[in-house]
Order: sequence, then structure tokens, then C-alpha cells
Amino acid sequence: MEHAHAADQPHPVEHPHPTAGTYIRVAVILTVLTVIEIGVFYVPVFHPVLAPVLLSLSAVKFAIVVMFYMHLKMDSRFFTFLFGGPLLLAGAVMLGLMFLFGVLTLGH
Amino acid sequence: MSQAAATTHYTSMGLDSRKMGFWAFIGSECLLFGSLISTYLVYQGRSVAGPTPSQILNIPVTSISTFDLLMSSLWMVLALAAVQRGDMKWAKVWLLGVAIGGTIFLGFQFYEFSSFVREGLTMQANLFGCTFFILTGTHGAHVTVGVIWMLTLWVRALQGKLGPQHAMTVEIAGLCWHFVDVVWIVIFTLVYLLHK
Repeated sequence: MEHAHAADQPHPVEHPHPTAGTYIRVAVILTVLTVIEIGVFYVPVFHPVLAPVLLSLSAVKFAIVVMFYMHLKMDSRFFTFLFGGPLLLAGAVMLGLMFLFGVLTLGH
Repeated sequence: MSQAAATTHYTSMGLDSRKMGFWAFIGSECLLFGSLISTYLVYQGRSVAGPTPSQILNIPVTSISTFDLLMSSLWMVLALAAVQRGDMKWAKVWLLGVAIGGTIFLGFQFYEFSSFVREGLTMQANLFGCTFFILTGTHGAHVTVGVIWMLTLWVRALQGKLGPQHAMTVEIAGLCWHFVDVVWIVIFTLVYLLHK
């Protein structure tokens, strides 16, 4: 009965995951990006562009972990939708609140 | 057919229903942390009394704990890869490694929180204290849950109750672990490196 029930189910969609070597290469990249982040924080010459540089590095690290360690690059796009939709909404709420409370301003 | 495969339910798109449910949960967690980070940023620099972030945040110590969490994410995917190929010896090593890495991170957080309290930063001290402790404390609570989850998997592996047929169970635990890692990537940049 249980076998018949399982056979009735839709066919599972399997996607191959990266190898251990890929995981280690990703970890090396993440470590280098973190070292750059901390380096940029301590080097005064970068201070005028500190925010854009650190936010860009952070976004790249975020994307790398989500794509390779959480397998969104290989998995169904529906998972990307389930994660990306609320993430975009959270980002929009953050920006909205920051404009509302004057943390960010347009123009002047 | 194994018991795990027989009890697995797939959606009409052929996706594992547990994994889909967990991704939906992670989506809701994005909104939770988004609101906490927004609150921190909105009140940033508006404290009328000290201590302020620049007086109290210890970047070198937090950099080490960030590196520790980053490495634990690597150990998590190595644990998953080991479970998938049926190498349970290494799966046990990496799962324990993740739990230890998470515990070290929590130890750093305990050290940080206690040193802040000694220096006068409490939740009642100012807006920075209130928003900082709630944001990083909520993240720490998630790490604690992750550590308990990893230890549970490790014990099941020791008992011989975790095998390649349970790879999805480990993958979903990994999603939880990597999510706390990506949240920390954002917190480390916005709270620690871009403080006012």
C-alpha cells in the first residue's frame, strides 16, 4: 500500500550538488572577501568609499553562500522565488523605513 | 524502498515538500531580520547617552567570530557531501565540527555581551544598546537552535540512524545553518563595519 502510494507521487526532481573541491574553493573566496572587508575598514584611504565598497562585498558574499552552499544555483527556480520574493520585500521595507525616518534622503 | 524514501512527499512540481516548506520559512525569516536590521539602522546615531558603537565595538574579536561562522558553513556542506556519498565517518566529524564552530561563535557573543554590560551598555542604556542586543541576540538564538540541531544529527549518526537515505534531512539542517551565516554577513557589515 505504502509502495503504491509512493509510486503515485510526482517524479522527484534531483539536481547534482557541487563537489567538495568546489565547496573549498568557495570558502577560500569568502575568506579572501572577508579579509578585504576588514582591510578596507582599517585603511583610511578607503574611508570616503567605505559604505559602497563594504555593501558590495557583503552582497557578493551573501550571493555566493546562497548560490553554492544553499544550492540555489542548481536547485529549482521555485526555491529562488520563495527566498528572493520575501528578500526583496524585506529590502523594500528597509529602504522605505530609512527614507521615512530620514536616514536616507533624496537629493540634498 | 527505504523508509525515508517511502515517507517523502513531493509537490506537483516534483520538489521535496519539506525542502519547499523550509525555503518558505527562510523567506519569512528574511522579513523578521529585515525588520530588526531596519530598526537598528533607523535608530543608529540617535542615542542621547553613551556608550556609542565606536566606543565599544571590538572589530578584531568580531572578525575572528565571523571567520569561525564562515568556516562552520564550509564544514556543513562537507558534512552534507559526506552523507550523500555514504561516508558516515567523515559526516560525523564535520557535523561535530559545525556544532563546535557554532558553540565557539556563541562563546564569542557571550564574551562580547558580558564585556559590553561591564562597560555600561545594556538594553536600557540607550537606543543603540536596545536595538543592538535585540538584533544580535535574535541571531544568537538562531545559532543556538542550529547547534542543537547539529548535535541531534551527530548523535543520530553515532547511533547509526543517519545514512545517505537521510541526505535531505541534513540538507534542510544545512539551509538553516547557512541562513544564519548570510544574516551574520549582513549584520557584520551594517552593524560592525559601518557603525556611526
